Amino acid sequence: MEPAQRTASKRTEVQMARSMCWHCQSEVTGEYFCQQCVKVQPLSKELDYFTCLGLPRLLTIDTARLEAKFYELSRTFHPDFFQNKTESEQGISLGNSALLNMAYRTLKDPIRRAEYLLQLEAGSAKDIRTPPPADLFEEILALQEDLEEFRSASSQQEATSLGQLRTKLQADQASLEQRQKDMEARLFELFMKWDSFQDRTGQDDRLRAEKDPVLKEMREILSNRTYLRSIVDDLVATTG
Amino acid sequence: MARIVGIDLGTTNSLIAYMHDQAPRVIAGRNGRTLVPSVVAMMDNSLIVGDPAKEHLVRNPERTIYSVKRFMGKGLEDVAEELKYFPYRLTEQGGVIRIQIGEKTYSPPQISAMILKELKHRAEAHFGEDISKAVITVPAYFNDSQRQATKDAGTIAGLEVLRIINEPTAASLAYGLQEHTQGTIAVYDLGGGTFDISILKLKDGIFEVLATNGNTHLGGDDFDRRVADVIIQELREQHRFDPEQHPDTMQSIRLEAERTKVRLSEDQKAMLTIELPSETGQYRREFTRDQLEALTRDLVEQTLGPCRQALNDADLQPSDIDEVILVGGSTRMPLVRQRIQELFGTIPHCELNPDEVVALGAAVQADILSGATQDLLLLDVTPLSLGIETMGGVVSPLIRRNTTIPASAKELFTTYVDGQTSVDIHVLQGERELAKDTRSLARFQLKVPPLPAGVPRVEVMFLIDANGILNVTAKDVRTGQVQSIEVKPSYGLSDEEVERMISESFKFAAEDLKARQLIEARTEAEAIHKATQKALSLGGHLINAEEKAAIQESLATLETARTGEDHRVIRARIADVEKATHHLAEVLMDTTLKEALQNKKLTEIF
Repeated sequence: MEPAQRTASKRTEVQMARSMCWHCQSEVTGEYFCQQCVKVQPLSKELDYFTCLGLPRLLTIDTARLEAKFYELSRTFHPDFFQNKTESEQGISLGNSALLNMAYRTLKDPIRRAEYLLQLEAGSAKDIRTPPPADLFEEILALQEDLEEFRSASSQQEATSLGQLRTKLQADQASLEQRQKDMEARLFELFMKWDSFQDRTGQDDRLRAEKDPVLKEMREILSNRTYLRSIVDDLVATTG
Repeated sequence: MARIVGIDLGTTNSLIAYMHDQAPRVIAGRNGRTLVPSVVAMMDNSLIVGDPAKEHLVRNPERTIYSVKRFMGKGLEDVAEELKYFPYRLTEQGGVIRIQIGEKTYSPPQISAMILKELKHRAEAHFGEDISKAVITVPAYFNDSQRQATKDAGTIAGLEVLRIINEPTAASLAYGLQEHTQGTIAVYDLGGGTFDISILKLKDGIFEVLATNGNTHLGGDDFDRRVADVIIQELREQHRFDPEQHPDTMQSIRLEAERTKVRLSEDQKAMLTIELPSETGQYRREFTRDQLEALTRDLVEQTLGPCRQALNDADLQPSDIDEVILVGGSTRMPLVRQRIQELFGTIPHCELNPDEVVALGAAVQADILSGATQDLLLLDVTPLSLGIETMGGVVSPLIRRNTTIPASAKELFTTYVDGQTSVDIHVLQGERELAKDTRSLARFQLKVPPLPAGVPRVEVMFLIDANGILNVTAKDVRTGQVQSIEVKPSYGLSDEEVERMISESFKFAAEDLKARQLIEARTEAEAIHKATQKALSLGGHLINAEEKAAIQESLATLETARTGEDHRVIRARIADVEKATHHLAEVLMDTTLKEALQNKKLTEIF
């Protein structure tokens, strides 16, 4: 489901917390280790996940490359390989590994990746709730009623109406899941569109004007999708 | 770097292993067995662990502790339902179960430490050097308290626990190294008391756990209880005998139930006999495999839900699993194998001994930590979501289950009231939405400067380390000052308590040593007695009467010494017997050699 990597990016150097080695104070020129004293260096807390994993800031990514980089960096930072080192180095290994794991978890999943990029571009998406579109809202209201009816029927053990309601709810579930699929398909279209902006250089204002509606629509879909998901989860939990 | 050993601290059996020439090996004891039963018998003046302790299960049920792993990191109410199955008395103190033996009480980590020490001695005898560093395995689904309790047990036993690793992942390491397993695998681990399922991706030496699930209170013990319950009921109904009034009979029932279950993995039916206290006679009954399966089918089914959940969490279908690996003695049951095969659609693997594979994997991990190899790397996950309690008793999740560890999350805290000087934080583990439905891990208090409400900003960092254990640090955002936090575990020993238990264990160490030396000397005396008797019956006619009498006399003196309490005296008498039989041994050797060579042509010999 991941479109292949289209844009070749130039290699971005991973930022370190500071340019001076915490141990020997010499300038750090190596990527993760001081070349003077060979001590591991802490990754910058401000490092964004794309840079951390050596990827361009795009929504369609090469997952094989992501995994390979994750494995490579895990071999570099994992606490297993710092057992014989000093306590400070062990601490850095732990912190770097935790950051790396979080970065990988976020970028691996397309939805989390999009949420993260939105947050980088324009603040957190989670804090902004866009109301669902009217037709979806109506559909969900009707569903909530059916769910209530099902719950009361199941507590009174009404076998026949329970069976009918279950069939109805199952149909509702299928329709909602289809909606979710449609949303995701649209989201991936937007991913491609967003990424195509990154190749372009031009008038900043004009690019911004094109970018903003895409950002806005992505945010709406992500918000609605979360909403839809909680409804479907509730549905599955009730009907079993 | 000092040698690091790998330990599987099991519910029923424990093992210790090490790396030799790039292959893991389990260390056997003097009796040649690799398994040390996780049983501890505490007699008035001696502490007995392992095989010899098993004899006391029936003889001294109130003083013989088994399946202590079920109590690790637990409070009394957690085990209320199974209390009736245990002959020893359980109490609780400070959120930690205590086991009452005579006048004294012991925490589960202390008992586990006794088992660990036995394993430690075994390794020390094998290597002829001190062993002080270890990797210990735990069920993947163990929560923070249970992991911490295991670490405490190591500390009390005088072991530096360099890493706690998950049993199914350890098993995958052994398979990856020994059998060159690759691809997406599922490890199904049903042990004596716990069940785990882990889904992993094995690629180029990286062992990445995708998802894990399980039940830390489901294992072989529960299968035994189903059989035991039938026996108990029949005894009451048919023999008008209530075994629950007789702890020794209850133990016989438990052991016979287990033996029957094990036998039914091979045979279609098995006979079971239990000697009842005087005058009540004997109970005999035949169980068939079908009957056992009918009694335990729901237990097997209970393992399938977590399997489906783990697959779901890993975003995989059963058909995506390339191989299924079986771990734990309980996977020998045909019904278990059949249901796994049906779920995953593939025949499960068990090339490596399911009892030993976890210890072997622990040894591999020990080797990685020693710096001997950089080829393999385990990337494990936290099995349960971590969160904190917020307003209204709702859980605010910080780190989701199946997140790769080490994992961290930051949370900013502030005050609600002017001049407030502290904020209480309650850390929870579990998947439910309300704090009351999850497991309380710990509580701590954040100190804040007395300022108007909302002004203080304290950043708390929750970090789950590579052991799956939580560490908490706090920093005042305004001043940058780091605050040390004293976390009070909800179900664990405090640091002071662990300290006290360590010093106590040293105090008892001298007595322990004396007791074990005595047991070892007695066992050896018994062995040499038997061997000499056999030699006399084979070659008695080859030596003269005086010599024979001298041997008989040395044996009699050894017998007397054996009933004494001094191991040095027994050792001395053993040496005497060896001296007295020296000639007999030579003569026997000669005749056996002659017999072997008789009736043979020279060409057949050379």
